Amino acid sequence: MVFQARYDEAEAAEIIGEHRHLEGPLLPILHGIQERFGHVSEEAVRQVAAALNLTRAEVHGVVTFYHDFRKAPAGRHVLKVCRAEACQAAGGDAIAGAIETALGVKFGETTPDGQVTLEAVYCLGLCATAPSAMLDRRIVGRLSEAKIGALVEEARL
Amino acid sequence: MTKLFIPLDSFAVACGADTIAEEFKRLVADRKLSIEIVRNGSRGMAWLEPMIEVETPDGRIAYGPIEPGEAETLVDAGVLSGAGHEKRIGKVEEHPFFRAQTRHTFKRCGITDPLSLDDYKAHGGLKGLERAIGIGAETVIAEVTDSGLRGRGGAGFPTGIKWKTVAEAKGARKYIVANADEGDSGTFADRMIMEGDPYCLIEGMAIAGVATGATKGYIYLRSEYPVAIDVMREAISRAHQAGVLGASVLGSAHVFDIEVRVGAGAYVCGEETSLLDSLEGKRGQVRFKPPLPAIQGLFGMPTVINNVITLASTPEILSAGAAAYKDMGMGRSRGTIPIQLGGNVRHGGLFEAPFGMTLGEIVNEIGGGTASGRPVRAVQVGGPLGAYFPVSLFDTPFDYEAFAAKDGLIGHAGIVVFDDTVDMMAQAKFAFEFCAIESCGKCTPCRVGAVRGYETVKKIIDGEHPAENLVLVEDLCNTMKFGSLCALGGFTPYPVMSAIRHFPEDFHGEPMRVAAE
Repeated sequence: MVFQARYDEAEAAEIIGEHRHLEGPLLPILHGIQERFGHVSEEAVRQVAAALNLTRAEVHGVVTFYHDFRKAPAGRHVLKVCRAEACQAAGGDAIAGAIETALGVKFGETTPDGQVTLEAVYCLGLCATAPSAMLDRRIVGRLSEAKIGALVEEARL
Repeated sequence: MTKLFIPLDSFAVACGADTIAEEFKRLVADRKLSIEIVRNGSRGMAWLEPMIEVETPDGRIAYGPIEPGEAETLVDAGVLSGAGHEKRIGKVEEHPFFRAQTRHTFKRCGITDPLSLDDYKAHGGLKGLERAIGIGAETVIAEVTDSGLRGRGGAGFPTGIKWKTVAEAKGARKYIVANADEGDSGTFADRMIMEGDPYCLIEGMAIAGVATGATKGYIYLRSEYPVAIDVMREAISRAHQAGVLGASVLGSAHVFDIEVRVGAGAYVCGEETSLLDSLEGKRGQVRFKPPLPAIQGLFGMPTVINNVITLASTPEILSAGAAAYKDMGMGRSRGTIPIQLGGNVRHGGLFEAPFGMTLGEIVNEIGGGTASGRPVRAVQVGGPLGAYFPVSLFDTPFDYEAFAAKDGLIGHAGIVVFDDTVDMMAQAKFAFEFCAIESCGKCTPCRVGAVRGYETVKKIIDGEHPAENLVLVEDLCNTMKFGSLCALGGFTPYPVMSAIRHFPEDFHGEPMRVAAE
């Protein structure tokens, strides 16, 4: 489950404080912020930039460069479905299509009830148990039409 | 106490191994069985995962693939004493897929408890590092150079030369960076060694530290590998406590620390210079070379940046000696290569062997053809930037130079198998699409070329002037190949051109006139 919480400057400062002694602390800080608040908001960008003596543009540039960081909250669960070659070879396109149908959203969208965000991922390293997906931090392999029902149901919980 | 092995490897976990382990744990407690459950790495036979193994007087007996909900029936059937069962595989060592291998880098993977340092040592671990400390930096570099080890990330650069450059470079501090941003589809060797034998990577990095004078190591690990992240972090912490890492490596004067840094979903960060920028906390954009990372790498300091498998190959090279490694392989490709079979393949998994097997042997004999039972039509070797090989090129030996001669690359040694339902025009379109999604945007051929290529292949799919547009695609591929800053834009032409060249019938039956190069 993706934790969504109201932005809290003191908590963000704590996260920054935990990592700022590291060499190149920006990515670990952004991961920490996203893990805590579910996304990296504009307020977070300001605060991180100020703390690390970077411009907002620099931090914004980093946040938007990486697929993992989101500027807006995701659904309660994030379902990432592998769309790369090994999964394609194992019937992944049909599986991906069936998941879109079951959830009623396209890749990159969130269900209207805010429960599930569906995203494409390019390789989970499960190429010999393809097709595969990841629900939040849980990996799932050998996806079949039969397994999709359970997976989608779990995502909707 | 009998040991029951249930893998913690992602292959097994993705197919229910955590649940299976819980079920066995409950049974062991309820029935007061004298069983110790060990979460091991994977033996690499992914189609049999989750594959459990029971220690018996006759050796370790394997069963698989096990599914959640089966534990009780298995125990009732006497599996815990190695009894017969329809899922009984027998001894892994006697399985044809396993027996045909030369396990060098993966010699412990799946056999030991990945997090037990005692187990690691009992199976030959730390001998390489001990020897490295004993013989000193110069001799270590000489050994690695003599072994013929080349970078396993795909570029195939001689490891010893890279290390020597860093050793001789001047810097206030030096770094060892393990490239664990294994983003190529069809590859999972880095993940498997990190999950199944993490100390091997730690030892390899420490050896590189001894050889070059580097005192700090980073493992840049992709966020798509949650299991590997957890295992690697725990192993590093234990290695610290045991004095393998820290202010005095194995009691010597060498200082070496390792930190895991998690990537953020950018494929291009597998390119070494964008990885370094990402580690520094920047956008993962490719750097101009020179300067080489060996001279000015992470934070401007001399840096060894090696693929995980490259580093993990060095402990065994150091402990068994360079000659043993060099004696394996063919041509300028020495030693072993962990081949990864994925996609539509019957026997998918990791197969470590000396270089030189033919592609056909690997796909048909080892892999057993397709999982769907249909004929193999194409295999993509080396990830999304690798060429598609038709069956007519299956006599190509697995070797860096032999693949280059066929306009392909072995890359990180991943092979994705496709059956005869594959539409190669769609695969060519995907290659451009992927490049467009993942381009770092720094150079124009890649940033713009990928989008134009995608649009042009779409036109061909729609039947819009296919012949003219194919000529345009080839021209564009040439620009990308020779004008891009790194392999992302530079190698995207490989899958595209190989698809067009070897499967012209998929491109509206208007075979392209291929200029002989």
